[in-house]
Amino acid sequence: MKKSSLPDPFEKARLESGCGKMNDQDDPVTMLLRHKDVRKTAHNWKTFQSGAEPGRIVVPSEVNIRDTRQIPFEVDPPEHKDYRAIVEPWFRRPLQPEYEKQLTEIITNSVNEALKTGTLEVVNSFSLPLQSRALTLLLNTPFTESETWISWGTHVFRSEGEALDGDKANILYNYIEEQIEEAIKNPSENLYSKLLDSEYDGRKLNKEEVKGIMILTFAGGRDTVINTITNSIAYLAEHPESLEKLHKEPEIINNAVEELVRYFSPLTQMGRVVTEDTHVCEHAAKANTRVSLCWASANRDEKVFENPNEIVLDRKVNPHVGFGFSHHNCLGATHARQIMRILLKTLSEKVQSIEILEYKENIEDLDEFKRKVGYDSIQVKFNPKTV
Amino acid sequence: MAKITFITSDDEKITLEGTSGSVMALAVENNIKGIDGDCGGVCSCATCHVHVAPEDIAKTGEASEIETDMLELDDNTDEYSRLCCQLEISDAIDGIVLKVAK
Repeated sequence: MKKSSLPDPFEKARLESGCGKMNDQDDPVTMLLRHKDVRKTAHNWKTFQSGAEPGRIVVPSEVNIRDTRQIPFEVDPPEHKDYRAIVEPWFRRPLQPEYEKQLTEIITNSVNEALKTGTLEVVNSFSLPLQSRALTLLLNTPFTESETWISWGTHVFRSEGEALDGDKANILYNYIEEQIEEAIKNPSENLYSKLLDSEYDGRKLNKEEVKGIMILTFAGGRDTVINTITNSIAYLAEHPESLEKLHKEPEIINNAVEELVRYFSPLTQMGRVVTEDTHVCEHAAKANTRVSLCWASANRDEKVFENPNEIVLDRKVNPHVGFGFSHHNCLGATHARQIMRILLKTLSEKVQSIEILEYKENIEDLDEFKRKVGYDSIQVKFNPKTV
Repeated sequence: MAKITFITSDDEKITLEGTSGSVMALAVENNIKGIDGDCGGVCSCATCHVHVAPEDIAKTGEASEIETDMLELDDNTDEYSRLCCQLEISDAIDGIVLKVAK
């Protein structure tokens, strides 16, 4: 097993029963493991709702640490559509040339810094700063804000040894509330102001709704982006031929990004609450219980992907669900894809090779499954290309 | 060289010419409304859904299984539905008319 591999812990259960069981704070979850079941269930919002008690569709559940509804994430159609329409154009800004130019600058600087330092711990000294700096573009806030976000550490909810950390979550919630107040006093061109000025159902969005959108923006794109960046660096360290291939054939970069997202599946799963007695993969699912859409397992489904446990950088057809599926697909996907496309291009142009020195894996405990999602820390040495 | 006509949801008719690559990429380059091509053409996002004019389906062929599975869960899918990231531009599809689904 290579150091950069992410094994698939779901294979046996996916083939045999199609589902797994996980207890989570006494609110158990039936995990759906097959690509087809995951997509169908994601699509069926009437029976499998997102608009349950705030925090309940997240696994592990955030019911005990948050009352604010994340929007549009924890809202079902038809309301979902109107909320999504408010935020969608803003979250597509990463495709604009000026945004892309600034993102390229941020990433180029991060890679240059890494090359200058040589040996560094990737999670905290590369991925976290890069993610935070890139987020200033998505929010259209001053670059210096990223220093605050970097100081929060790698997960805004999690701290060492605890899956959920209410105190840490409060740091984020208080920060967002302050920023909203500031935007009310001094409107600007940032996302807070933009949201405060947006209309829903013939009225302006209220503070609680703005807070819900902002929490989603911060939390949804933090450890997911950090893990994707870190895992990609580990992969390229062990596959210098891939670094070379990306350099020689930049036209495959888009395919490579989709394939890395499939393989890493940075978000393992997302829950839904069952609204009526039904069946999932031949098992009864009672009303008011939880199921989860296990993206990570669906993305290794041998019925859909040839050689599912291999990274095939130029995989042509790749119907992965790494950004979710259907109405609730990832709002930040455009931003994340742009980060990864630019990062792969920059690394392939500037980096000769990367060596993994030491590392500690980040293993999620899902009861019957243990899944590696990335690293708690990974020390590497970057070697520059000699011109 | 192939001429491809797109009809958008607000009934605008746009004819483009292309020589290679996917129909989705051509549409995205020319800002065809309703075709986003988020995943860049790997058949994972369904943001390039078109209805092929019935008389042109012989030129494009029908959707593959992976496309069908994807389209099955999309709104207003019919037997002429295709994800146009899976349509390669070539002389063979010259003159086709595509109605953008979104």
